[in-house]
Amino acid sequence: MIQAIAIYKRELKYYFKSVTAYVTLSIFLFFSGYFFFSLLMRYSIFSYQILRSTDPAEGLNLMDSVMRPLLNNTSIVLLLVLPLVSMRLLSEEKKLGTFELLLTYPTRDAAVIFGKYAAAVTFFLAMIASTALYPILLSVFSDPEPVPILVGYLGFCLMGCTFLSIGIFFSSVTDNQLVAGISTFGASLFFLVIGWIVPFVDSTMSIVLRQFSLLMHFKSFSMGIIDTQDVTYYIFLTVFFLFLTVKSIESARWRS
Amino acid sequence: MIEVENLTKYYGPTVGIRDLSFKVSSGEVIGFLGPNGAGKTTLMKILTCFMPPTSGTARILGFDILRDSLEVRRRIGYLPEHVPLYEEMSVGEYLEFVSRLKGIPGRSIPGSVEYAIEHCGLESVFRRTVGKLSKGFRQRVGIGQAIIGEPEILILDEPTIGLDPKQIIEIRGLIKSLGTERTVILSSHILPEVSQICNRIIIINRGELAAAGSPENLQEQLKKSSVIRIGLKEPESMERAKDVILGIEGVGSIKEQAPQGETAYLTVESTTDIDLRGDIVKRLVEAGQPIVEVHGEELSLEDIFLRLVKEEGQ
Repeated sequence: MIQAIAIYKRELKYYFKSVTAYVTLSIFLFFSGYFFFSLLMRYSIFSYQILRSTDPAEGLNLMDSVMRPLLNNTSIVLLLVLPLVSMRLLSEEKKLGTFELLLTYPTRDAAVIFGKYAAAVTFFLAMIASTALYPILLSVFSDPEPVPILVGYLGFCLMGCTFLSIGIFFSSVTDNQLVAGISTFGASLFFLVIGWIVPFVDSTMSIVLRQFSLLMHFKSFSMGIIDTQDVTYYIFLTVFFLFLTVKSIESARWRS
Repeated sequence: MIEVENLTKYYGPTVGIRDLSFKVSSGEVIGFLGPNGAGKTTLMKILTCFMPPTSGTARILGFDILRDSLEVRRRIGYLPEHVPLYEEMSVGEYLEFVSRLKGIPGRSIPGSVEYAIEHCGLESVFRRTVGKLSKGFRQRVGIGQAIIGEPEILILDEPTIGLDPKQIIEIRGLIKSLGTERTVILSSHILPEVSQICNRIIIINRGELAAAGSPENLQEQLKKSSVIRIGLKEPESMERAKDVILGIEGVGSIKEQAPQGETAYLTVESTTDIDLRGDIVKRLVEAGQPIVEVHGEELSLEDIFLRLVKEEGQ
């Protein structure tokens, strides 16, 4: 445990010292801010139009018109940005050779991986925390319901953790950061869009695909509902990939 | 202290090491000597539990490298060949980080860092970033991380490679001083280095054990088969001279060398440790062969190494 903490601290320091992290953070914040701005503008213009007409303004609230699309859109940015966060975790050390030394210390593989993963998650949470500005702004000028927003954020965090666990796995299989990043992007995108073909396949297949789809499980969160099935899905996928990472490090020893 | 039994490692179809067995007792400074690609690094990677052998086993202080890997790793300090370090950390931070990874309890960490700093002469670079250090200091930091936690065994892979002569002398001195308290295994392809630092040499070639012993011992062992160079005046009577020499007891083989001007040269290898020069001269004179010169050659450790490596190669 002490060892995992030592690794965690070093990784975290490394993140906040490196240029890549700040570039990643800036891009993420730029786009999420841009989405927030455009959605809010659309919402306000729409509100004015509603005021003048006699149509009932159904579904026009801050959660449905601003926060939910914001989280949905930002999840696409996450898909692009998180592979950049996770790709260096093990690949870089493999390339530099420091990994060899790390494996000859009396430290368990699992502690190394857990420490590194936790650091990536912390960096991601810091990224997410900075977007808290948007709901805070909303609540200054209006009164959106806090619980659905928090639930949406919970889903968002779970999805990010899953992306990162996929990322650390691909980082463990190659010493090339670019390969690790691109593979992570591919695998994450696969889990994200796998649900699109649900309407065109037979019923058993569609149940399976629906269960694997990242987006389907995100839907309930973005509507403000916590479904244990969805929480379990994200946790299962995350743990599964972390387990694969430990196994891949073990097998790398045998194959070397 | 270290027992290696029939250790074999294949990389696919290529042999890393084959059927290596030897023992190292406590307090020894052992040198693995061999040309590049002989299997020294492979052997070290197996002993440090970085990778498992294909077959065979090794025990370090009674712990099996496969079954008790963690226990083994607790007792070993390792310096890999290219000294991989975290470039962005300061020397102090790095050594502290290593102390934590080695599971040293929090209150003993300052002491353990100080121990490494003191033994490796790192006081002046304590706050410097590792990535900005000279090669010599990097090597010292590398050795520093290995001795953290005061392991009983140090394994150093080519510790002086790529250093300038002054740094080499310094690092050798450091290794010697470390070797007084613990068992040290180092690898090198430079013979004088190994014979200077180590009290036992294990020569590895093509993954196999070619010879083992103390530097003096190895020299003694191979001096037995000394070489005598004989210069004969008449190249045309060479065949007869050869027959005469082969008739002497203790002569192993004769090789004809390229003649230089009027003189033809023969090299005679003896198989006993009795000096054959007298006998050979006597017989040749009796047979009426004019002799120009007789010269006994002693094999230096360098020659022994080259010969072993060559013989194995053939």
